[in-house]
Amino acid sequence: MKVTEQDVKYAADLANLELSAEEQTRMRRDLDAILGYIDRLSELDTANVPRMAQVSHMNASSQSHTGDADGSREDIHEGLRKSLPHSVALQNAPDSDGIFFKVPKVIER
Amino acid sequence: MELTSLTIDSARSAIQERKTTAVSLAEWAYRKIESDDPTIGAFITLSKERALAKAAEIDEMAKKGEKLAPLAGVPFGIKDVMVTRGVRTTAGSKILGNYLPPYDCTAVARLETAGAVVLGKMNCDEFAMGSSNENSAWKPVRNPRDISRVPGGSSGGSAAAVAADMALATLGSDTGGSIRQPASFCGVVGLKPTYGRVSRYGLIAFASSLDHIGPLTKTVKDAAIVLRTIAGQDPMDSTSVGPAVPDYVADLEKPVRGLKIGVAKEYFGEGLDREVRAALEAAIQKLAELGCEVVEISLPHTKYAVPTYYIVATAEASSNLARFDGVRYGHRASAARTLSEMYRRTRDEGFGAEVKRRIMLGTYVLSAGYYDAYYLKAQKVRTLLTRDFDQAFQRVDAIVTPTSPTAAFKLGEKVDDPLAMYLADIYTVTANLAGIPGISIPCGKTSEKLPIGMQLLGKHFDEATILRLAHAYELAEVQN
Repeated sequence: MKVTEQDVKYAADLANLELSAEEQTRMRRDLDAILGYIDRLSELDTANVPRMAQVSHMNASSQSHTGDADGSREDIHEGLRKSLPHSVALQNAPDSDGIFFKVPKVIER
Repeated sequence: MELTSLTIDSARSAIQERKTTAVSLAEWAYRKIESDDPTIGAFITLSKERALAKAAEIDEMAKKGEKLAPLAGVPFGIKDVMVTRGVRTTAGSKILGNYLPPYDCTAVARLETAGAVVLGKMNCDEFAMGSSNENSAWKPVRNPRDISRVPGGSSGGSAAAVAADMALATLGSDTGGSIRQPASFCGVVGLKPTYGRVSRYGLIAFASSLDHIGPLTKTVKDAAIVLRTIAGQDPMDSTSVGPAVPDYVADLEKPVRGLKIGVAKEYFGEGLDREVRAALEAAIQKLAELGCEVVEISLPHTKYAVPTYYIVATAEASSNLARFDGVRYGHRASAARTLSEMYRRTRDEGFGAEVKRRIMLGTYVLSAGYYDAYYLKAQKVRTLLTRDFDQAFQRVDAIVTPTSPTAAFKLGEKVDDPLAMYLADIYTVTANLAGIPGISIPCGKTSEKLPIGMQLLGKHFDEATILRLAHAYELAEVQN
């Protein structure tokens, strides 16, 4: 297999995922199969091909006057847009003190 | 009146002429949902109060003789990846099991402004990741045409509800085929507009450079009516761009004679089911009889589309889904001692297997040492795939392909083989990578009476031409 146990642990760590031993085994097998299929991209010579991250820049010629090529808009001059009141912004929080979101200890002593 | 015999247009007219009421249509839909949805599983959450209040408002206007808006009283379903103020929105995931959004998705708000009655939220694959709707954390959806089969995915609930007359139309989202493939499997119309044509504000993000919102309907005209309503620039979504919205409905009646239709051999190769091929060949013949000129074209990089897609989509997903961490909304694992432990346990408990697989794949292809070989490579191949279309569209006005290589498969058939499941998207991912519009319409049935879908692809911002072609084909089929 191309994907190692170490690769799986490393990616899980980066992604903040806690995978059980069983999940890790399955993940390694699945990633290996998918990446094996993906490898066909290496057949293509792309040395002189520009990358494409987004579609919209290609439509720059059809932009309306309200934005430039990436669709950004004018500043709103009358100040900040109205944001959600605290009570609404916090209504879905698993834990809060009414002003802030509360989380477990960040640094362990 | 029953939804069975209605379209968006006829429902609105019937309410305007007071042959029926918006409230009675909504009530009929809810009775149908009560009787059929325990089997089908298309809805996750119903929004009865909101629907009936809107319907009553429409009826009041009709009573006063006011001219009704284009979607007045039309019973709609919204895929559960679009947020609805005060109505639970889960994205098909346990991690958002109790999420009550504080605002409305722009597309939904535009529908309601045009009079639509939102019945509830449609089942889907978790975070729209899947091709069979079997990845929903709540329940699978069954195909109303054959309940042993999947409805397709990820907008499986949206397609099934229209096919089963539980809603007249629905919104879906399409990142790699998630509107078009379920439309094909369930025998309805599904449209993915051009990238930038419809605002994604309020769409729970999966892969931001590939995500689109679009309608699933019974007819092409209905799809045009919905697109006209939801399209157009939105200051809340900086990727919504483009020229003024044309009158897609009026344009349907323009002639199709003389339009050039491209047929690419790469979409008719290995893996295409024999009956699907035969149905497509007959449909192409029909388009020729309508006066279209059929042109052979080549899209040479097509076989690289699925690998490119699964790198780009998962890379973006791994970043987008980082926000689900148990802090601001959604599920939080209990009894974690530290923040880091809370993140990990929350995500472990909240995400299903396919979502974890894609986050892992996306993280892997973006990680140091693999970035150039996978992510950068895929972005370059994306350019090549887009150039294929640019070159083809210099010669043709639209491209016709099968929507999916097979008709609907059985539940459970592909759940243990993620790669086989990914290949169900082989004909649809290209349009997302290039950002061009695509529509799937029914074009016949297999010997087992399963619907087959034809896909029409168009130029950037030229939904009008593919809608016109689809409409002409649909009319010709009805006359047969």
